[in-house]
Amino acid sequence: MSRLEFYSTSGSQAVVESLYRDLEHRIVASPPGLCPVDLAASFLKLCHAQTCGKCVPCRVGLRQLELMMNDVLNGNATMETLTEIERTAQVISDSADCAIGYEAASMVLKGIRGFRDDYESHVKTGRCLCNLDQPVPCVAQCPAGVDIPGYIALVGAGKYADAVRLIRKDNPFPGACGLVCEHPCESRCRRNMIEGAVNIRGLKRYAVDHAGIVPPPPCAEATGKTVAVVGGGPSGLSAAFYLSLMGHQVTVYESRKQLGGMLRYGIPSYRLPRQELQKDIDAILATGVKVELGVTIGKDISLAELHRKYDAIYISIGAHTDKKVGIEGEDSRGVVSAVEMLRAIGDGTMPDFTGKRVAVIGGGNVAMDCTRSAIRLGAETVSVVYRRRQQDMTALAEEVEGALAEGAELLTMMAPLRIEADSEDNAVALWVQPQRVGAIDKAGRPRPENADQPPVRVEADVIIVAIGQSIELKAFQEYGVPIHRGTIAALSSGGIENNQGIFAGGDCVTGPATVIKAIAAGKVAAANIDEYLGYSHTITVDVKIPKAYLGERPSCGRSELPMEKAYERKGNFQCIECGFTEEVAKQEAQRCLRCDHFGYGVFKGGRKKKW
Amino acid sequence: MVKMVHLTIDGIPVTVPRNTTILDAARSVGINVPSLCYLKDLNEIAACRVCVVEIAGIQKLVASCNNHVWEGMEVYTNSPRVREARRVNVELLLSQHNCDCPYCVRSGNCELQKLANDLGLTHMNYHKEIPASRWDSTFPLIRDASKCIKCMRCIQVCDKVQSLNIWDLTNTGSRTTVDVSGGRTIREADCALCGQCITHCPVGALRERDDTQRAFEMLNDKDLITVVQIAPAVRAAWGESLGLPREQATVKRLVAALRRMGFHYIFDTDFSADLTIMEEGSEFLEHLAEPDKYAWPMFTSCCPGWVRFLKSQYPDMVKNLSTAKSPQQMFGAVTKSYFAKLIDADPHRIRCISVMPCLAKKQEADLPVMQDACGDPDVDLVLTTREIDRMIRSEHIDVNALAEEEFDSPLGVGSGAGVIFGATGGVMEAALRSAYYLVTGENPPADAFQDVRGLEGWKEATFHIQGTPVRVAVASGLKNTRNLIKALRAGKVQYDFVEIMACPGGCAGGGGQPIHEAQELAGVRGQVLYGLDQVSDLRFSHENPAVQALYRDYLTKPMSHRAHELLHTDHEAWAMPLRPEKK
Repeated sequence: MSRLEFYSTSGSQAVVESLYRDLEHRIVASPPGLCPVDLAASFLKLCHAQTCGKCVPCRVGLRQLELMMNDVLNGNATMETLTEIERTAQVISDSADCAIGYEAASMVLKGIRGFRDDYESHVKTGRCLCNLDQPVPCVAQCPAGVDIPGYIALVGAGKYADAVRLIRKDNPFPGACGLVCEHPCESRCRRNMIEGAVNIRGLKRYAVDHAGIVPPPPCAEATGKTVAVVGGGPSGLSAAFYLSLMGHQVTVYESRKQLGGMLRYGIPSYRLPRQELQKDIDAILATGVKVELGVTIGKDISLAELHRKYDAIYISIGAHTDKKVGIEGEDSRGVVSAVEMLRAIGDGTMPDFTGKRVAVIGGGNVAMDCTRSAIRLGAETVSVVYRRRQQDMTALAEEVEGALAEGAELLTMMAPLRIEADSEDNAVALWVQPQRVGAIDKAGRPRPENADQPPVRVEADVIIVAIGQSIELKAFQEYGVPIHRGTIAALSSGGIENNQGIFAGGDCVTGPATVIKAIAAGKVAAANIDEYLGYSHTITVDVKIPKAYLGERPSCGRSELPMEKAYERKGNFQCIECGFTEEVAKQEAQRCLRCDHFGYGVFKGGRKKKW
Repeated sequence: MVKMVHLTIDGIPVTVPRNTTILDAARSVGINVPSLCYLKDLNEIAACRVCVVEIAGIQKLVASCNNHVWEGMEVYTNSPRVREARRVNVELLLSQHNCDCPYCVRSGNCELQKLANDLGLTHMNYHKEIPASRWDSTFPLIRDASKCIKCMRCIQVCDKVQSLNIWDLTNTGSRTTVDVSGGRTIREADCALCGQCITHCPVGALRERDDTQRAFEMLNDKDLITVVQIAPAVRAAWGESLGLPREQATVKRLVAALRRMGFHYIFDTDFSADLTIMEEGSEFLEHLAEPDKYAWPMFTSCCPGWVRFLKSQYPDMVKNLSTAKSPQQMFGAVTKSYFAKLIDADPHRIRCISVMPCLAKKQEADLPVMQDACGDPDVDLVLTTREIDRMIRSEHIDVNALAEEEFDSPLGVGSGAGVIFGATGGVMEAALRSAYYLVTGENPPADAFQDVRGLEGWKEATFHIQGTPVRVAVASGLKNTRNLIKALRAGKVQYDFVEIMACPGGCAGGGGQPIHEAQELAGVRGQVLYGLDQVSDLRFSHENPAVQALYRDYLTKPMSHRAHELLHTDHEAWAMPLRPEKK
């Protein structure tokens, strides 16, 4: 026996390690709508397996909790059982010796307090409050409900135009979404259970890139009804597209020079090339949508007049005004808002940052767009100032990585204090207060707190504020459109209370959100406006979905879309992302597990052929 | 030209059209791959995994019910892996199934039992874990969670055929089961009580409330006078589960069986169907005479499942319903008034029992508004066709050995028009035959209105009565009905008179009829009824002498004051849960 030995993993331990990884994948792919009590009981069982067995509360108490929770699930519990669960969990949480015990009990406590009504429903009715809602995970996660397995199968079969037609049934922006969608569809992809989500966005982009020009479907017979859409962004144009297909005459009022909303005035062209956006818009306009550019509601025409002139109105004005940090010196020359900067770029007015030192305040996708644009506009240095950690940024990880690769630097754990200006009121530096991480907040991120360190001076002559946008609501509020916390208070139908014929959706209702959410809101509004106008048109598409492959789906990792070289791409606004090759696209399409055919999808929710 | 696909199944060459399922391909050459959850066109979800087969070159076993053949496919339906999987999956189902078969109404007609027997299972390898069942046992529709195999057929038939979405999955994970949707209890639900979920259930998880023991108690009570009525559609189906050939299973043989059981008076709902025609037909003509006074079109009211549907889905259209009671309820009201007087009996001593192809009739008889004759319920007890069959079996009556016997008099006389009430379109046809007579004073040819016959879900026709066009429509099945009503509400169609039956094919396909796996018998049974009408001496309700006598001696005339008291009802006078708002 040696005095010390070098630890090496045993064979069985190595298998357990790989099972841990499998479990992690499985949790990622967990379908929505599962019974929280059942899940809590299952987690508890795993926690209990981790106990070392030394201490009573953990060794015995966790088992007793498990038995009581099973009683709840099996309909053998009373309300007293719930009291007993809570009491026992509290004692374990208070008296267990180590985190294995007290954290397990805390999870139970969190559950019995957080979803107590579900516990009670099990006791009183023997039923869970949750509706089993786990059809096709990607479709369920897509706000617009795009038939993802359908178009993936079509890409696999080489039917790209059909794929585009199928996507357009639920989303008239296949081109833009193929490039910039945040792809919530991938988050719970069942392929995660094997090795990783299918690269759905990449396949969508492949379909669009290879479909050629796909004309929109014919419109239904004209109804003679008119609809005004206020705001020509993704939400407004989506509503316009479907309403037009339904036979209504739509006019889009857009206050800026061009259509596209945040797709044009928020997202730089290196992510979304303008010709791709234009293809989507062209197809939408080809349905007969009329457009009034440069018209602002409340200035050029009143909402009251629109309401008089049109049978229905859809408000989709987005969130285009900037938020201020509220620090000293914010009015100095050189301080610009993200909205202002990206808007100018959208219309082709490029600021010159040659030789400038740029600081960007914020950690979201807009901050990254500003950062990477500033690099392309010639800035000497670009620093992203953020008061939390890198992993706490709300920007997509790939956006942050892209910015870093292009030469941005991250100044994390720094809260803006004030802006220093020279005698001519030109900004020269941003003073920041170093932060330290504190307790975890509700969203699971640690709260930043002032560190006991002196402020730091960040030299900067351009300071871009990218901490969120708000909504210009005055004209709508004056007409009586209900407002709640700075957004339009629309119902889930898109309609607003007590105002016949007025609907709203997109960022102006949700606050700044994703493109696909805005598109979904437009789709929902189109359906309900059609209903409001007294019709029940259905949107459908005659595309045959290839049959599911019955053979094996051997292990195969996820392919990522390749990027242009960072040192080249940072010098221009050309598209930075490359599409899949045919070989890779086919391989990726083949990875789809066809949840529309296998599993729950074949029973319910597998395919909505019309809406 | 349909493209043909060539494959082999268990070595046998098979050629079938493209898009044929493996299961259909196998069955087409006599290879009976077993299945359990599968119901063609309705439930092709591959849930039970009993129909799995092995395909050369494919590693996993493949469900044959919802996967299609391909050229050159090599299928093995009885390979060792398939045998093993089939057995284990059935055992797994049995491990969660309440196997108290001797007192299950589906014993002997249970797909799970049959499959386990076919596979030769002799013992259970797994822990038995029977889910608990909570249910209101007083409701006409009973669900026993301990027997449910989660095949989902009930959900599918209610969603796809009846459009009511009463059933849904509830709970998740290992405790996933079927229950009333939206967290409701069955009493809170807008269930039409059509019973189609029961007739499509492969096991005993769904059944009617069993009222046979209450019936025997009534028969046993010497102080009571038992009067039984037999609905039209019952005669077309009652023999099926007793092993009686259709030509032997006549209503007269059923009369003999009921007489053996000890019922005092055995009558025919055909009689009150004729009475319904007199009232409803007259009501329709009254509406035609003063069109502005009434909501259009007029809806028939004899199907209580349909009445429940309308009240829960389109409450604003209840005013369109004819106020005429259903034949069952007219029969009860006449029995406890007119007939009690005829036999000089205290109506409180009479127990009026009906044999119906229907579950909703149980609920209809229980309505507080159906107590018009003497204050007691006009109909005391409703038995489904299945229940009367069970009573015949429990009495050990050998129906094969019975001679035919006649109905009692006078409420045992019915016309051919009354008989066809049991098939979709029959009420409309019967009503038109008599309406024609009432308007013109002469009979039309008896088959003049046969355009409304047939199994099509939504039929329409226009007939002319003395130059007046009468636009009629007939629907059966509640999804068809919903489509018809939507079209009416959207102004896409206009009708004067509409007949609706909740069950596809009408009462012949009723939810209380004998159950046959994977067979829809409404069409065959309906043909029996039309055959009976064809050979009937009486083809017109208004010619029914018993009905004529009733009017002459008691009611004076259709729509009279007394007729209103006994034979009409206020459909608004009782509450029905409304359809839940869509989420």
